[in-house]
Amino acid sequence: MDIFIQQVVSGLATGGIYASLALALVMIYQATDVVNFAQGSMAMFSTYLAWSMLQAGLSYWVAFFATVIIAFVGGVAIERVIIRPVENAPILAIVIVTLGLLVILTSVAGWFYSYIQKPFPSPFPSKPIRIGTVVFGAHDLGAIGVTLVILLLLFLFFRYTTLGLAMRAAAQNPVSSRLCGIRVSWMLGLGWGLAATFGAVAGLMIAPVVFLDPNMMGGIQIYAFAAATVGGFTSPLGAVVGGFLVGITENLVGTYVSVIGTELKLTVALAMIIIVLLVRPSGLFGRTTVRRV
Amino acid sequence: MPDPAETPSKRPALLEAQALEAQYGWTRVLHGVHFAVEAGGITTILGANGAGKTTTLRAVCGMVKTRGEIRFEGRRIDGRATEDIVRLGIAHSPEGRGTFVDLSVEENLRLGAYARRDRAGLAEDYARVYRYFPVLEQRHRQQAGTLSGGEQQMLAVARALMSRPRLLLLDEPSLGLAPLVVREIFRIVRAVNREQGVSVLLVEQNASIALDLADHAYLLETGRVVMSGPADELKKDDAIRRSYLGY
Repeated sequence: MDIFIQQVVSGLATGGIYASLALALVMIYQATDVVNFAQGSMAMFSTYLAWSMLQAGLSYWVAFFATVIIAFVGGVAIERVIIRPVENAPILAIVIVTLGLLVILTSVAGWFYSYIQKPFPSPFPSKPIRIGTVVFGAHDLGAIGVTLVILLLLFLFFRYTTLGLAMRAAAQNPVSSRLCGIRVSWMLGLGWGLAATFGAVAGLMIAPVVFLDPNMMGGIQIYAFAAATVGGFTSPLGAVVGGFLVGITENLVGTYVSVIGTELKLTVALAMIIIVLLVRPSGLFGRTTVRRV
Repeated sequence: MPDPAETPSKRPALLEAQALEAQYGWTRVLHGVHFAVEAGGITTILGANGAGKTTTLRAVCGMVKTRGEIRFEGRRIDGRATEDIVRLGIAHSPEGRGTFVDLSVEENLRLGAYARRDRAGLAEDYARVYRYFPVLEQRHRQQAGTLSGGEQQMLAVARALMSRPRLLLLDEPSLGLAPLVVREIFRIVRAVNREQGVSVLLVEQNASIALDLADHAYLLETGRVVMSGPADELKKDDAIRRSYLGY
């Protein structure tokens, strides 16, 4: 039972990271109908920037917040400079552009920082936390906390601010939004900025676990795809729930099904994608809007 | 019949279009349209399907590629971005109503007021549109997509009014609605025009109800103004009566 609880908590920790990245994917997908394949490598790149800052002697949280801000600005810049020119191109073209971005970011990171894995520090104490007979990793609990704070901030932003409302409106109905005076293309830029921001947080939280290397987000991105598919690509809430579900399932299956172990864990994500697509293609929270005409 | 290019009022025109052309891709839809909307008045553009009525409104709001001149309060607005044009005080209730179906009624209205800088007057604006459209207040938390067609049309007009416009563009508010609902909406439009001093440019296929409401009317046929004048005179015109009023 102790092992079960430990595995669930550790699943929640990685699940939160999948959830953040899945949310980033869903946000951009809702606004532009495009799946951003570069989301993971953008996060990886941000994490390298944080690493550089830490090497330069900055304290962890200074580097953390600086990275978050740079990621936001970088996300907006990518939308403005790279995505905007192909905005009206067929969706496939934009997807290829994001794939190109993935390759470029990965190669640049590899060229600049080399492909050798680097350890990345956790801001949380390394001593495990013991509650009763159960032992939790402090980093796991910290990552869960950070994820929850980010999700809460994001929820409050979209639910209660006028800018958040305008972003939702722009994603839903660009023509009407323009008629309300909303600068739709800036809203898309902001969306990319926000997505890059929690991608970066996900990178910072996972790097201590998987180590820093240019391909570190490859697997994570597949889990994030699984999370978004499970929850439904049209639902931010679904992406979050999907993220935690995938994280927990992956951990439990890895622990209790000996054939799979840690080596074949990634197949769990792929299996989940396939099962959801077969049984409920719109995902658990996929929207079927009720409309009267 | 007066010349279409001639502005019939002594007061200065709030909105004026000269030699307006518009095209979608290679297809030109408007061929040199002239019209003017008097400040404080209700002007209507009539015409059959495909005459270019909707395109005319879209041209005013910069939603389609145009040539020619459009002036609002004397200032050129052609070639400017839609977002900037609506910020000048033009509200557009578009074809198909443009409802944000997944958002609540209240959120739809809040978006209508988005471009305004003074957030303080928001409560007052809700109160005002709810006075005109009590049904929207009853349903303010409801998802807008679940409203009936008539209610969505009311929401479209209400959303446009939230920006406190000086000019309200209405694209076929009667489309697909029961006659009773249409009458109700037109009654409210008239009240808004009288009480708030909002000028209206109404595009309609339903000529009889539009001519009852409007002071001045233009008749559009395949992208050209073929007739214009005071609404009362157009109502009496034989050709209009036969082709558009049906008696």
